[in-house]
Amino acid sequence: MNTSGSRERILGKLLAAAPAPGMSLRELEDRIDAHHARGPLRGASSTELADTLARVMASVRTDVLRADAHSWPALLAQKLAAAGAATLLLDTASAEGAALAAALPPGVRPMSFDRPLEAWKDQLFAGVDAGFTVARSGIADTGTLVLAPDAGTPRTVSLVPPLHVALVYASTLHADLHAAMHAEAWSAGMPTNLVLVSGPSKTSDIQQTLAYGAHGPRALWVLIIDDEAVGDAA
Amino acid sequence: MNAPLHFMPPADFRARVSDALQDSKLRGSMRGAMNFLQDKRRAQFPDADELEQLRDLGEAVRQHALAHLPELLVQFEANLQAAGAQVHWAATADEANAIIHEIARRRGARSIIKGKSMASEEVELNHYMAQHGIDCIESDMGEYIVQLAGEKPSHIVMPALHKTRADIGALFERHIPDTPYSEDVDTLIQAGRRALRQAFADADIGLSGVNFAAADTGTLWLVENEGNGRLSTSVPDVHIALMGMEKVVASLEHIVPLASLLTRSATGQAITTYFNLITGPRRAGEMDGPRELHVVLLDNGRSQAYADEQLRATLQCIRCGACINHCPVYERVGGHAYGTTYPGPIGKIISPHLLGLEATADLATASSLCGACGEVCPVRIPIPALLVRLRTEANRDPAQAVAHPLRGQGASFSRSERLVWRFWSGAFARPGVYRWFRWAATRLRAFAPRSQLGWTRHREPLVPAARSLADLLRERGQAE
Repeated sequence: MNTSGSRERILGKLLAAAPAPGMSLRELEDRIDAHHARGPLRGASSTELADTLARVMASVRTDVLRADAHSWPALLAQKLAAAGAATLLLDTASAEGAALAAALPPGVRPMSFDRPLEAWKDQLFAGVDAGFTVARSGIADTGTLVLAPDAGTPRTVSLVPPLHVALVYASTLHADLHAAMHAEAWSAGMPTNLVLVSGPSKTSDIQQTLAYGAHGPRALWVLIIDDEAVGDAA
Repeated sequence: MNAPLHFMPPADFRARVSDALQDSKLRGSMRGAMNFLQDKRRAQFPDADELEQLRDLGEAVRQHALAHLPELLVQFEANLQAAGAQVHWAATADEANAIIHEIARRRGARSIIKGKSMASEEVELNHYMAQHGIDCIESDMGEYIVQLAGEKPSHIVMPALHKTRADIGALFERHIPDTPYSEDVDTLIQAGRRALRQAFADADIGLSGVNFAAADTGTLWLVENEGNGRLSTSVPDVHIALMGMEKVVASLEHIVPLASLLTRSATGQAITTYFNLITGPRRAGEMDGPRELHVVLLDNGRSQAYADEQLRATLQCIRCGACINHCPVYERVGGHAYGTTYPGPIGKIISPHLLGLEATADLATASSLCGACGEVCPVRIPIPALLVRLRTEANRDPAQAVAHPLRGQGASFSRSERLVWRFWSGAFARPGVYRWFRWAATRLRAFAPRSQLGWTRHREPLVPAARSLADLLRERGQAE
């Protein structure tokens, strides 16, 4: 349908009525920066940030594990087997995916997202128990993972399987959303999809009663790797 | 499918209010929900100073965006297109529906899975698509419940707020195969999950609303807890995002304070489970996500509010619902009585622009002007002042020429009422006339009518006092 006339009409009406610009962009952004610079976690060490992330995420029914860079694959493999996960979606092209795949016991079968979604949609919805992702970073104050899905780990890996397992390095944690956005220069280039995850799927739509496992993963495990980085300057 | 609610005659508003007030079950549900939501919000803002600073910031961000709206929309459009999205402009609800229908027709689509979208409620999308043989399936749990019940959302954040778990248990038992009656919320949610699972995989199109949009990157920012929004925007091959055109702000960074205000004010959460940031359709080499992304920018009366300096503040709204959750009128009558997509205080100030004052003139009068809505608004919309202004416009002489006339100006205008007020103000301005009136009113008080229109429906008739205040003061030696 040709609605180009609508575009001109709408913009024409807005332009005719546009008010005098008030506060400048610079002044507004300085105020936003100043407000967040007072955030309670600014200047915290990566260990403090990891502790906060773990505490906040656990409060929304996230299973948080702490491990070092060497021991986590075995720890996670064992936990997956104990939970009865038979199939695990992961990206073996990544170092973490390869390490985990190598550690899995025979009862847990690794799978790669090596075809477009259309080619195996029904199988993904019905036949995958867990998805493994490596977070780009984390946000301590709200207990949030920043996921940037890519070709090897598409967005549905953290969404469709009933269990989502995410790994995050303590050295990548930020104090708050504002700090993450600045440190990672989001405005300079956004991926197709950037997802902030703060717990397993949930809803309070029935009589304000909280229930987990609405449409996304029923369970979320987060593995925080204490990689002994220098403190986060943000 | 029910007839669209906005075709209800406006006179029915008062009748629906009476019905709602008689419904003790509804009153119980509403009170419980309001108390819960108010407590949750309060707990999120323990530091009053921080709250006020954040409200200042939220207001500044929204006012900046509105001051630059036309240029931001052009920039947003260019960045969306650069990312591979298609942009459509809809001046009216009908145009929005026609645009979406055309996309569906071209794709041969038979079903649309919907994330939560109040804009789609506003344009009556489900109704329109049903008339054209296309199924819209609501996937937000609350929206799914009201769709099964053949109703409309009664709240913009919690659509099924008016329903008890027993209502929902019975509804699911009737509509979802192999689902025994239950009042256990976990059991009910799992039944809803099971019922909708395949619909995500099968739908030809996913349709979502948009909470915020950033002009500098062309990013859509969606806020949710359930994951249905992510599924609707990730799994089908086409994603259509329908958004009120006022939602765009200059940059991603500007959304940070707004997102915090939204989730804390709406449901008392520091953050929701998912912030889903979408910038364009699937790129080369990616394995999932929609191949087509369409963004529909909706005016539908917003430009009318924009044209007026005072009413423009209406468009600062971020749809958190805090004004609704704190409104004593909404708490008593519930969301359906309003008959509009957006109920409560925000509905009273936005609906006249969407639907015209002819259909909505009574809404602004259903307020005691207690001010609670303005006090909790995270972006400082002066809602009580806007209610008074809309009452003024509804009572303005339809023939009076003003700079920015509202659609339906003078919908409540009454010549006889104006005459009475003219007489009244004239009498007050002339001491001689006023004294005469006072003398007559106190002497003729026995003739005061027993029936005084709406006043005497629930109250004793008004009778002038035997002695005027001025007379009493004079007797006490105090000058008039």
